[in-house]
Amino acid sequence: MFGIEALDLARIQFGFTISFHIIFPAITIGLASYLAVLEGLWLKTRQEVYRDLYHFWAKIFAVNFGMGVVSGLVMAYQFGTNWSAFSDFAGAVTGPLLTYEVLTAFFLEAGFLGVMLFGWQRVGPGLHFFSTLMVAIGTLISTFWILASNSWMHTPQGFEIIDGRVIPVDWFAVVFNPSFPYRLAHMATAAFLATAFFVGASAAWHLLRGRDNPALRKMLSMALWMALIVAPVQAVIGDLHGLNTLKYQPAKIAAMEGHWDNSNGEPTPLILFGWPDMQREETRFKLEIPALGSLILTHSLDQQVPALKEFAAEDRPNSTIVFWTFRVMVGLGLLMILTGLWGLWLRVRGRLYQSRAFLHLAVWMGPSGIVAMLAGWYTTEIGRQPWIIQGLMRTADASSGHSFAQMSLTLALFVVVYFALFGAGLGYMMRLVRKGPITDEGKQAAEGGPGQRRTPSRPLSAAEEGLDDNDSLTERT
Amino acid sequence: MGIDLSLIWAVIIAFGVMMYVVMDGFDLGIGILFPLVKSKGERDVMMNTVAPVWDGNETWLVLGGAALFGAFPLAYAVVLSALYLPLILMLLGLIFRGVAFEFRFKAKAAKRHLWDKAFIGGSLTATFFQGVALGAYIDGFEVVERVYVGGAFDWLTPFSLFCGLALIVAYALLGCTWLIMKTEGRLQQQMHDMARPLVFVVLAVTGIVSLWTPLAHAEIAARWFSLPNLFWFIPVPLLVLLCTWALLRAVAGNAHYSPFLLTLALIFLGYSGLGISLWPHIIPPSVSIWEAAAPPQSQGFILVGALFIIPFILMYTAWSYYVFRGKVTEEDGYH
Repeated sequence: MFGIEALDLARIQFGFTISFHIIFPAITIGLASYLAVLEGLWLKTRQEVYRDLYHFWAKIFAVNFGMGVVSGLVMAYQFGTNWSAFSDFAGAVTGPLLTYEVLTAFFLEAGFLGVMLFGWQRVGPGLHFFSTLMVAIGTLISTFWILASNSWMHTPQGFEIIDGRVIPVDWFAVVFNPSFPYRLAHMATAAFLATAFFVGASAAWHLLRGRDNPALRKMLSMALWMALIVAPVQAVIGDLHGLNTLKYQPAKIAAMEGHWDNSNGEPTPLILFGWPDMQREETRFKLEIPALGSLILTHSLDQQVPALKEFAAEDRPNSTIVFWTFRVMVGLGLLMILTGLWGLWLRVRGRLYQSRAFLHLAVWMGPSGIVAMLAGWYTTEIGRQPWIIQGLMRTADASSGHSFAQMSLTLALFVVVYFALFGAGLGYMMRLVRKGPITDEGKQAAEGGPGQRRTPSRPLSAAEEGLDDNDSLTERT
Repeated sequence: MGIDLSLIWAVIIAFGVMMYVVMDGFDLGIGILFPLVKSKGERDVMMNTVAPVWDGNETWLVLGGAALFGAFPLAYAVVLSALYLPLILMLLGLIFRGVAFEFRFKAKAAKRHLWDKAFIGGSLTATFFQGVALGAYIDGFEVVERVYVGGAFDWLTPFSLFCGLALIVAYALLGCTWLIMKTEGRLQQQMHDMARPLVFVVLAVTGIVSLWTPLAHAEIAARWFSLPNLFWFIPVPLLVLLCTWALLRAVAGNAHYSPFLLTLALIFLGYSGLGISLWPHIIPPSVSIWEAAAPPQSQGFILVGALFIIPFILMYTAWSYYVFRGKVTEEDGYH
């Protein structure tokens, strides 16, 4: 049907469920660190604005964390249900890494999250700050494990193949595989940036509506410092990640660049825009800058970048897709840098909180970090195709081989349920954002904890607002 | 090395699944009993009795899945792909229920009935397909050279469907006796009235499953009915009868705590019976835990983390339940 096969549906299903899922952990990672910074600043300066912001974002963090746990439930099973051949072949390596990720997450949930969300009045400020720090570090440790697993699929090492299965021989080599440090740094930074632009957009939204208080200004200011400093850093990390990919996954780079042919012996141009055509084996309608591709990727003016025709047709990733997802990511990254610079310029001139044009831009940039992160993941994952584990196992050999009918049914169910439920969840988060930070929140923070109705095993219980507008809990009892 | 890592992991995973069945069982049971209780106030109380713990209960399901992947990747691959549809439907049911649980409390009165329905539907779907998956697991999987070679609908048998219904009544009984323990007044009385017929239904379905299984599977019949095994295993059905009798007496005597504890004992006995029937196969009827095991360097690697973290999770769980002990009334607000 439409040239789509059961395998494509299996890939779409995994892509769909993990795309939905990753939004929540990414914001969790970013907000956890943001909250740690806010609490640290509150303890150091005793300015109430930091404490108010802490309580405002802690509620959104809680809802977001809850959504991440629920959507993660599916991920823990999907490798087996949908990719059983992969799970059997590589489970000895990827299984334990996933187990550690889950153990870390539950360790967090069982301990420090409770103190962080519900312990403001119950424990001393030092212990509370320590808990927030541990949650922030814990989210990064979780990231560590899951990215170790993913990176290993891109640049596998530290294993042997015995009886047709992967057997780990050196866990250190498995975890610290060549692409891991770059991918971890790139993803963690992406999570920070996505959160910064989300926070900045929330502040700008309120400021545009004439609401103005020190907390909102502080939110925007902190978000823009992040954008100014971290967005360029991310560009550098991305460049290093790209060089690493060039070394280990040259076909992916060739596909990202839409670069087909090296036979003319000229340095590689940089194609700004075009339409890579997999059938014609060329990039059509292209706009290119001579030699710039060589300069960026080899830091020289004469060395060539690998071209797609150097790889057998069945070993090429789909250049049409990754060419564009890569440009969406880079384009948004450049916009983030520009936003940071414009923000600095306005700040110097003292007009940061008044320029409506800039505030509108900040609102529009709100989802940019999330979109860029998803585009980046599509680039690296689709760019690894046709391999599920680079050079070891093809995606076509990895699936459980469910029928087209089964895959369409479950995919349709996932789409309906995810949009309905996580749509409601995201809507609720937005509602909390629309309420905005409240002055003096936290002086009377509510009780909660293990055994209470507000408890860390149900992070959503930290937020009390109703689902609909003009609705509060007191009205409904 | 004298340490049998596969055995240790089989015990850890069996324990995790047991924790899941016991703990998520009663809160799924609340969802199953929900349609039988109409009053909004009483529905609130029912939810409040599990509100502080239900999400933590599901922890064990995620942990079970991840640990199975890490320690027995072959079982993870074969069983999960063979049970594709029932497991996906179970997961979707659980997601539905989980989100409905939270948003019911936050929704307006006019919309709350929608979340109530989502909660009921999610609980029933999740339980039914969990039971179907269990039934299909007992029936076993056709495996050739490490790959499931059966059909997409092999799980769909009269036996598995019956197991789906059986699990619904079993979880309903768990939920019912949990509510007897955690509530008072009219709701508790209603649950008391419901408990007795439920016990008989549970006894009947347990009996049917216990007969059906050995009749359909000669190797399971041989496990139970050959000598000297029979002498070792005969206490299991005897204890089931004893527990049922004690449970009926406890209900008749208006006891508060013992009905739930005895139901737990029943569930545990059923679970042990299952273990006796299937041991040592992790992919029934033929692949043992050792054949499905990850290499020792994988099982050992995760054992370090598990032995450190699982006790911590257990202590925390125990503390949560301890703090939350006692009756829940309508006066206890949700937030």
